[in-house]
Amino acid sequence: MAVFSSPRQVRSKSKAGKQMHAGPVTYAVLIVFTAVSLFPLIWTAIAASRTSGRLSQTPPPLWFGANLFKNLGTAWTDANLSQALLNSAVVAGSITVGTVLFSTIAGFAFAKLRFRFKTVLLMLVIATMMVPPQLSVVPMFLWIAKLDWTNHLQAVILPTFVSAFGVFFMRQYLTQALPTELIEAARVDGASSMRIVWHVVFPVARPAMAVLGMLTFVFAWNDFFWPIIALTQENPTVQVALTSLAHGYVPDESVVMAGALLGTLPLLLVFVVFGKQIVGGIMQGAVKG
Amino acid sequence: MVSELSDIAGATASPAQGGAAPRDEAAQHRPADHDPAAALRRKWRSRLYRWDVKGSPYAFVSPFFLFFVAFGLFPLIYTGWSSFYRVELTNLDAREFVGFHNYTRLFQDEFFWNALRNTFTIGVISTVPQLLMALGLAHLLNYRLRGSTFFRVAMLVPYATSVAAAALVFTLMFGTDYGMINWALGHLGFGHTDWRAGTWSSQIAVSSIVIWRWTGYNTLIYLAAMQAVPSDLYESAALDGASRWQQFRHVTVPMLRPTILFTIVVSTIGATQLFGEPYLFGGTGGEKGGSAHQFQTLGLYLYEQGWTNYHLGRASAIAWTMFLLLLLIAAVNGLAARWLRKSQ
Repeated sequence: MAVFSSPRQVRSKSKAGKQMHAGPVTYAVLIVFTAVSLFPLIWTAIAASRTSGRLSQTPPPLWFGANLFKNLGTAWTDANLSQALLNSAVVAGSITVGTVLFSTIAGFAFAKLRFRFKTVLLMLVIATMMVPPQLSVVPMFLWIAKLDWTNHLQAVILPTFVSAFGVFFMRQYLTQALPTELIEAARVDGASSMRIVWHVVFPVARPAMAVLGMLTFVFAWNDFFWPIIALTQENPTVQVALTSLAHGYVPDESVVMAGALLGTLPLLLVFVVFGKQIVGGIMQGAVKG
Repeated sequence: MVSELSDIAGATASPAQGGAAPRDEAAQHRPADHDPAAALRRKWRSRLYRWDVKGSPYAFVSPFFLFFVAFGLFPLIYTGWSSFYRVELTNLDAREFVGFHNYTRLFQDEFFWNALRNTFTIGVISTVPQLLMALGLAHLLNYRLRGSTFFRVAMLVPYATSVAAAALVFTLMFGTDYGMINWALGHLGFGHTDWRAGTWSSQIAVSSIVIWRWTGYNTLIYLAAMQAVPSDLYESAALDGASRWQQFRHVTVPMLRPTILFTIVVSTIGATQLFGEPYLFGGTGGEKGGSAHQFQTLGLYLYEQGWTNYHLGRASAIAWTMFLLLLLIAAVNGLAARWLRKSQ
């Protein structure tokens, strides 16, 4: 997959690749697209600061009203969003830890160690990325019904605890970033495989682990299909809570928008702080979560 | 899983009590050689060392494969198996073998073909403009630019927005009477559109959510690929008098071909599974995909059969049909890639 290239390469070529200065037309087009990207979110906040009565009038509101905190409060309590945000943090956090840890060690084995069936197993990893989540929904639903896991968070954590994409991502990174001599030197010094992972692989892999972690967190936070089957409003993730908020009897639209805002805010904060790194990470090589 | 890992950790750490199994091997001339107990210890250590080298790769890949077998491979097969049974959501233990009945029933169901058609048209309406825009935007972002980081992060913001939040905002903006989009179109002289009611209008509305969320993401992927294009290609094209557009057509696009193919595959997989956007756009009872199923995708159809109509066997048959469809797409794509390579 040609999308992958080491971060070093991206950095050094980014200078060479950029050719000409942008003209005013380029800026104009980019500003328009930026505005289109940001507008729905800004308008979510505007709608969340109004009343649902005001949203049923023409023209639609284009500036903030006075009801933001009242609506946020209603969404917080009525839609169980306090629980939902906590649950989403637990779910996305656990999945991120599991995926990053297991992807790194598996990626290391595929990149640098020798073992039988390596090629076959790697092909299997790549093939796994093609399998849609719908394929496992029916049996997993039967299991969680049997195990009485409906509404328990492990029902949504365990199925996505590892990721084929993550393994492949770490393998691509470590193949280039981890010098084989470094491992050999550690072996000569008598380090066991676990020590090598801890003292050599993890330090080298740290940038890629951070990127994979952020991508995984975004994916897990936004995962939709399986959580709405496995969980209900009693113990929801953010996405489940938003769905039932929107499907309530006579949904109050300004409150729904307040809920949408609350459910997106944590990720937006992550983006404001780490935006540059996330952009870099996706550019290093990424596949839709 | 954790205990297994720590077992391995214990096993490999034990030679490291001295931390030096191989060093012992290297230092065999030591007088301790004559001590039988020390020799035994050394032998044991070197054996542990060999086990560590041989066994640890499997230990490192096994967590992934254990989870994959439990939550990927086994469910995949089990889904195939239950697609030959009648299984009702209301009574999970009562199952009855029905052979290919779920499949024949599926292929006779007009709503299946409807869902297949909708998945295809929504896939085309959402993927084609998305990737074309992403390509153009990446080209623009590849110029020397002030505030390039700002533009990149801003375009990625929709990617951070969840399906649920995005779909809810767009549903409100596509509202018939008070929606922002009808209001704006009204200024341009268009009448009010009931976006949800029409086939095309609803599919365009659903597609616009997908386009909004994924264009920036694909832009960055193309941008990364463009930055890897050697700049001397552009320089020699410029020397030959190629305009910016000609450089884009004859240098950038051919160099990006593998990346473009890759994004097409990923978008196609995403489009085949489309669920959240139409589900939430449909409001209450969204799994129907509109009053006349006008934007019901295969994902919604599966959910409706399984969790509204309680036919889990039929839902399994739909899931496997989707899987076979994806394999078909992958095969076609592989052939296309080979053909492209040959024609070059």
